[in-house]
Amino acid sequence: MELGKPNLEVFADTLLELGQQHRDLLVVTGDSRGSGKLVLFGQKLPEQIVEIGIAEQNLVGVSAGLASTGKKVFAVSPASFLTARSFEQIKNDVAYSDIPVKLIGISAGVSYGALGTTHHSLHDFAALRAVNNIHIVVPADNFETRKAIEASLDYPYPLYIRFGKKAVPHVHDPSTNFEIGKAIKLKTGSDVTFIATGETVFRAVEACNLLEGQGISCGVISMHTLKPLDEAAVLEAARDSRVIITVEEHSIHGGLGCACASFLLQEGLHNPFKIIGIPDEYNVNGSQDEILEYYGITPGGLAQSARDLIYVEVPE
Amino acid sequence: MEIQELERKSIQYRKAILSIIKKANAGHTGGDLSCVEILNVLYNHVMNVSPENFTDPNRDRYIQSKGHSVETLFTVLADKGFYPEEELDTLNQFQSHFIGHPTRKVNGVEHNTGALGHGLSVSVGIALAGKKNGLSYRVYTLLGDGELEEGSNWEASMSAAHYKLDNLVVIIDRNTLQITGRTEEVSQLEPLSDKFKAFGYAVRETDGNDLAALVQVFGQIPFEKGKPSLILAHTTKGKGISFIEDQVSWHHHTPTDQEFVVAMTELQQAEEAWQVQYGTR
Ligand SMILES: Cc1ncc(C[n+]2csc(CCOP(=O)(O)OP(=O)(O)O)c2C)c(N)n1
Ligand SMILES: [Mg+2]
Repeated sequence: MELGKPNLEVFADTLLELGQQHRDLLVVTGDSRGSGKLVLFGQKLPEQIVEIGIAEQNLVGVSAGLASTGKKVFAVSPASFLTARSFEQIKNDVAYSDIPVKLIGISAGVSYGALGTTHHSLHDFAALRAVNNIHIVVPADNFETRKAIEASLDYPYPLYIRFGKKAVPHVHDPSTNFEIGKAIKLKTGSDVTFIATGETVFRAVEACNLLEGQGISCGVISMHTLKPLDEAAVLEAARDSRVIITVEEHSIHGGLGCACASFLLQEGLHNPFKIIGIPDEYNVNGSQDEILEYYGITPGGLAQSARDLIYVEVPE
Repeated sequence: MEIQELERKSIQYRKAILSIIKKANAGHTGGDLSCVEILNVLYNHVMNVSPENFTDPNRDRYIQSKGHSVETLFTVLADKGFYPEEELDTLNQFQSHFIGHPTRKVNGVEHNTGALGHGLSVSVGIALAGKKNGLSYRVYTLLGDGELEEGSNWEASMSAAHYKLDNLVVIIDRNTLQITGRTEEVSQLEPLSDKFKAFGYAVRETDGNDLAALVQVFGQIPFEKGKPSLILAHTTKGKGISFIEDQVSWHHHTPTDQEFVVAMTELQQAEEAWQVQYGTR
């Protein structure tokens, strides 16, 4: 896979283009325009950027107010602060009040590496999945990021989009069809399917390549929309493959894995199943790559998890 | 400690801070350098806290709400003997507890910070407990000026005044810069002193990079019986290095090899000037 740009940059480029076409598009920042790569946006479209300062709760509340008048509002802040600090504003002023603000969580997951737990967002899927009337999109690569931002512009529901900071490989062909709520199947396999989301998808694709070299038939799904979950795609994967493994840069609690597991169980399907994410412990310190490696969210680690599940001895 | 001793420490702290930032190739250089004198005076002149009394319920407490200036805190704690200075070489490395924000996994750190706007509420809680327990310790907390944009600070301020916490000392690192630019351009803070007075603080303004001025103002605490004390410390972000001072770009910029050499040379010259003035030791 060829290395692309950081999804963050694609987001900023796309937003600038959209902002130039739609003068009712507003970006709201909280001392975050530098980290959001929005300095150029601010220079080119100074009337379309609203600076709130370091006040994430206020940022979301103000965004809701702006959007309630029909403005197309992108509220941009590090995923960690946006979803933890402003949680009640998201729940009440955006989701419950049904105002289609686009909440953009930047530098998500463990992107901030050694800045530590205060800056990591490993709670955001779980928190927002429990809020009615907000949808969650987690793009895997530059293609999905651009498509998600474009699709968000007139999207009728409150939306949370989150991505990381580092350059990611291209996983999709630009001719792929993208629709919020519709998973993208990258590969089909009968032994195992990885259902991955966001910037872990490319790792799952690489794991798949390793496994196929070992004669294991392997599928990959990019579950870019966490909510509403594409249940048909999950069901199909569970019927096509014996083993299901979910992958996310999030706590193992309450994210993609839990969404898939609870759905499959209620459908009466009991495939061997594993949720790969960040475990519930005092998390190790290090760079993003070091943290992900430590928790086995690497091609090698994912392939090992798959083998462990495929070759498990079934008791008599 | 004598002012001249503190002066030398400030120079040495700046050298150590820049060195660990350079080694880790990460850190919040500007905000670190602006609060060196404040931490220096607190830990070496004002507070009753040391590795020996760190478990004493009556020790003074320091909560660094502007957690990103952690390299300064870690440097001062090493100097106080909380851990060997060499441990700071592991800053930001895999499995090190020395990370980019204060954590209680590091000896001497009272509270985990890094998300702005938390330290003041926690400090209010510790100060309130001190009153309830009849203990005489004080709680010192350092906030950034940009950080004041978080509404939680103003909620905490109301509690501080309501509970008449004259054992609480709030220090504002008023360097007039945040990440995006001047605080007054990002979100107007002024008239800041009046706001704090209106919220019930006894306020003193001082030059926050002037050791003697800081020693003097900390000597007057509590400024008023029955009120929390607040020091509006006017500082220069990046203080002590000519090309870093008052530059918005240095919020979390780290020095190149060339910049590092120039910066260390400036500090070396400052230390030599100190030697000439106060004699060798
Ligand atoms: C809740 C929260 N929002 C955003 C940030 C990101 N952030 C880190 S430092 C900083 C600027 C702080 O400015 P200031 O308080 O003036 O600090 P100083 O100038 O002393 O570095 C920001 C926005 C954060 N750490 N926490
Ligand atoms: Mg500042």
